[in-house]
Amino acid sequence: MAVAWVVVLVDNFMKNQPIISIKNLSKIYKTDVLETTALDNISFEIKKGEFVAIMGPSGSGKSTLMHIIGALDKPTSGTYLLDGENVAKLTDDELSDIRNRKIGFVFQSYNLLPRTTTVKNVSLPMAYAGIDKEEREKRAIKYLELVGLSDRLKHTSNQLSGGQQQRVAIARALCMHPSILLADEPTGNIASAQAEEIMAIFQKINEDGNTIVIITHEPDIAEHAKRIIIIRDGKIVSDNSNHNQKVINNFSSLPCQGKGQGRVLTNK
Amino acid sequence: MKPLELFFESLGTLTLNKTRTALAVLGIVIGIGSVIALMSLGQATQKSIQNQIESLGSNLLTVQPGAARSSGGVQSAPGSRTTLTSDDAKALASSTEITTINKVSPEYSSRTQIITNQGNSNTQIIGIGPNYFDVHKVSLDDGVLITQTDLDSLKKIAIIGPTVATNLFPDGTNPIGQTIKIKNQNLTIVGVTVAKGGSGFNNQDDIVYVPLTTAQKQLFGVSYLSSIALEAKSADQMVAAQDEVGYFLLARHKITDYSKADFSIMSQQDMVNTITSVTGTFTTLLAGVAAISLLVGGIGIMNIMLVTVTERTREIGLRKALGAKKKTITTQFLIESVILTFTGGILGIILGILISFIISKITSSLFIVSYSSIFLAFIVSAAIGILFGWYPAKKAANLEPIEALRYE
Repeated sequence: MAVAWVVVLVDNFMKNQPIISIKNLSKIYKTDVLETTALDNISFEIKKGEFVAIMGPSGSGKSTLMHIIGALDKPTSGTYLLDGENVAKLTDDELSDIRNRKIGFVFQSYNLLPRTTTVKNVSLPMAYAGIDKEEREKRAIKYLELVGLSDRLKHTSNQLSGGQQQRVAIARALCMHPSILLADEPTGNIASAQAEEIMAIFQKINEDGNTIVIITHEPDIAEHAKRIIIIRDGKIVSDNSNHNQKVINNFSSLPCQGKGQGRVLTNK
Repeated sequence: MKPLELFFESLGTLTLNKTRTALAVLGIVIGIGSVIALMSLGQATQKSIQNQIESLGSNLLTVQPGAARSSGGVQSAPGSRTTLTSDDAKALASSTEITTINKVSPEYSSRTQIITNQGNSNTQIIGIGPNYFDVHKVSLDDGVLITQTDLDSLKKIAIIGPTVATNLFPDGTNPIGQTIKIKNQNLTIVGVTVAKGGSGFNNQDDIVYVPLTTAQKQLFGVSYLSSIALEAKSADQMVAAQDEVGYFLLARHKITDYSKADFSIMSQQDMVNTITSVTGTFTTLLAGVAAISLLVGGIGIMNIMLVTVTERTREIGLRKALGAKKKTITTQFLIESVILTFTGGILGIILGILISFIISKITSSLFIVSYSSIFLAFIVSAAIGILFGWYPAKKAANLEPIEALRYE
């Protein structure tokens, strides 16, 4: 009994450690005549295992926030700790390294290498990390199976549908075991039926313990997450974990069968 | 990323767009190819001119009457001076003071009309001694040589060049045994020389050779020589021979002041040097033209690489987002441009050699490929790859990932 208690305690402790810790963060774009405040003194934390949707209309600053979380851009002021590391102080090459090791990107327009096989596409971040070729291919195949593309290993990116390309992108984002999976409008270019599939995959990998942050302007998509942060004019206007999460419970009809098959999830 | 993997990555992206890659390579192929072809052509020309001069006779010194530079007095045309005689030639041949000369060939040369029953021609007539063919490296295609006996007996015989043969006997009759009329004297043709080439004033094939004594006494009525050709024992002794012969003839002509010498001595080497410097300039000019085309090829590579960077902005942004460092991106683009120029360089060398080979076959001239030009072209092509690949590579590496990802 005592051992079980310790396990639960340690597990809870680990879960409560913030992966993302943002304090008084601002981003101001300056041109000769204009000064635009994209983010205005924002503070929040995201803990391990969370599934967060950051919502807001265009121009609200959500893209800027996504770029800063993704270590693609640096804040003007304030601190951003990603897994304990202060991203604001890093050089370009160190940022590349952080992106490589800690962040899995999923883009709206998939951004796969053109005319390149799915395995090679998934292998790319592992190649930059210096992982040897055999291990890369093994891992790439494993994650392609996870997103239900085990029969598309030799296909090139232009031979796949939009939904399939996005699943390759998710496999690519997962293969480095990142601290967070950062998805920017992941269903923006995809038909709604396939969008459901993508969101189901996100929910499933979140169930497996991955931290996910989705940027979207569609409330429908945001409702798949456990927590919704709404920003407007560079400020957080709502941070809510108590909405009705839309859970996709028909796993058997989805490509990512395996572990999830037969499990029925219900609304919380 | 490991260097070898980066190499294959670069190779992979190059094979994705084959037309663009081929066009970029083509620029360098033409550049390098033309450098090698033009330099080979230049060197072949230089070599063939040298060979032609040397074919006139190596180690050759020519003594001509009249000073090279004389001051005062009445000057007459060089050929009409009468200061060199057959006795001078005999003395040069027999004197024990002369140690550097192998053979002496006294000559009398003049132009006149020759007539046969088929046609006539205005041709150079040279009266020669038995050493002439040896000293001037002329050989017989058919017939017999002129000997000392022919000279002693003032024999009316002639050896003709192949051009004379075709001019006088257009129907292809064998000229040997035929009779030609020079200055109203009938001479029998006893030989035809092998073609040597040359054209214009210096046509080595448009000559009629007769015995020296026949020319002097029977045809032109003179007793002097127009030149004495001397063959030095070796190329190293040319200068020594020039001095020796010069002092010997001064003494024989009883001239103490060498600036008043009544003859001049010219060496074959003087002529070779002049021609070599002229053809050297020609080769440099060709190389310059080729270098410009190489430069254009290099700029072509830079252009293609810059277009590639723009076209692949999103891809570069993605690579940076996924963890590629600046150095990795720079290296990838540099490797791509070096592969382009390297391939272009090798193909260009093959093309250049092929072109110079074809030209040499068509013009039936010499086929020379200088290794230095291949080496130079190769180094230059590698340098171009790095130099012109650097700027686009730097540009790609410095792209901001956010902007690159947003690029449409």
